[in-house]
Amino acid sequence: MVEEKTKYLLFLGCVIPYRLSSYEISARKVLTQLGVELVEMPEYNCCGFPMDPVNHDVMLTLAARNLCVAERENMNILTLCNGCFGTLYKVNKTLKEDKEERERVNKYLNEFDMAFKGTIEVKHLVYVLAEDVGFEKLKDVVKKPLTDLRVAQHGGCHIVRPKALIEKDDPENPRLLKELIELTGAKCLDYMDEAECCGNPIIGVNEAIPFQMAKEKLNHIKAVGAQALITVCPFCHMMFDMNQPRIERAFNEKFSLPVLHYPQLLGLAMGFSPEELALNELRVKPGELLNPIYR
Amino acid sequence: MSKTEEYVPNIIKAEEMDPKFKYEISKIHGAEKIMLCYQCGTCTADCPVSRFSDYYRPRKIARMVQLGLKDRILSDKDLWLCTTCYTCIDHCPQNVDIANIIRVLRNLSLKHTNSMPLVFKTLAGNLVKTGFVYVIPESRHKKRAQIGLPPLPKTKPEEIEKLFELTGFTKLLENMETFGKVE
Repeated sequence: MVEEKTKYLLFLGCVIPYRLSSYEISARKVLTQLGVELVEMPEYNCCGFPMDPVNHDVMLTLAARNLCVAERENMNILTLCNGCFGTLYKVNKTLKEDKEERERVNKYLNEFDMAFKGTIEVKHLVYVLAEDVGFEKLKDVVKKPLTDLRVAQHGGCHIVRPKALIEKDDPENPRLLKELIELTGAKCLDYMDEAECCGNPIIGVNEAIPFQMAKEKLNHIKAVGAQALITVCPFCHMMFDMNQPRIERAFNEKFSLPVLHYPQLLGLAMGFSPEELALNELRVKPGELLNPIYR
Repeated sequence: MSKTEEYVPNIIKAEEMDPKFKYEISKIHGAEKIMLCYQCGTCTADCPVSRFSDYYRPRKIARMVQLGLKDRILSDKDLWLCTTCYTCIDHCPQNVDIANIIRVLRNLSLKHTNSMPLVFKTLAGNLVKTGFVYVIPESRHKKRAQIGLPPLPKTKPEEIEKLFELTGFTKLLENMETFGKVE
């Protein structure tokens, strides 16, 4: 088993390189500064998540192929996307524990001279920061505490659920992202239905329902007086940032809530400039939010 | 429902019921515990989608499987409204894994109805061409270089194509019809 905790294969997935480079840029900045070495994942493909609804075996083999590439490189995987994490983590665990499934998937993989062995781990950014970098080190690198800032968290589903499979944070009351936020000096406010889904995964078949789900969350977040929302998943981020103007139009309500990727928030506290963290790429401009920090 | 609307009972006919269907489903990985569902409705009460839909009810989906309403459930487009948040799995007192059962039913519905939501056909098409579910435009690759991000790895679409063939997915997608939005 690979025990390395400061060197990872960076698994970017599809949606981050497609339209959310702000997440990638800020994550690379803070991780490098924290001494985490990121190695480009060679020859990877989609994690498999988008194909699970239509063909479970396609999802399994896509995920397993990625895991085999990482095994060949002998490095653990770090993902920035909840969907990639949930899929690769669960398939890795299933294939390690379930001999029958492993043999079935290996029959497919043998065609590419690959075989799943079960020698690596899959981690999401949140878990690398909380478990491997550790809170002590993170507190040390905070140079400009964001003391005036009041934010809310939306951690998303696939880094915590299903609980019995992931066995990390408590899905009913997720704490890790909240603690990561608070070490930057910002206050992380509780709000109603904090752990609920953003709705994004079904946006390709139905817009009305996810819009209502996201709108209700935005209402709850604004109700407690949060100045920004912090996410760790590109899909959740798109739902609350990219789609926010459309949600505002659909419900004739104004939210103007900046949505930051967690590494952008951490990066600000570490002293990086908004430009270095690609804050200008956000749809909802964080302009006013940044003023108290830099005055 | 408005007062003027006449109530039409949703009558189940005996010939619609396939008594073997629940056993077929419970043999599939992820759906083994379908018979343990005692219809308490926790899945539906805690489902964030059900709150905003007049039709989508995970409890009803489980019951339809138990009753053997094979054609009805495999043709029911509501199947595509699960966001896979897995709250139902975490909250089910019987550990039924309802979201996984819905995934199994979605997978089966492709063959049964010869149709699927357009979005998945598009994503599958991109995947087999590029290795990613989105076609990342040349301008994005250039921008990466400009802002100092490393180039994306060379993918192996030929391996994805082979993988689609091996799993029978290529054949399944041949002549597959699609539908757009599910209300």
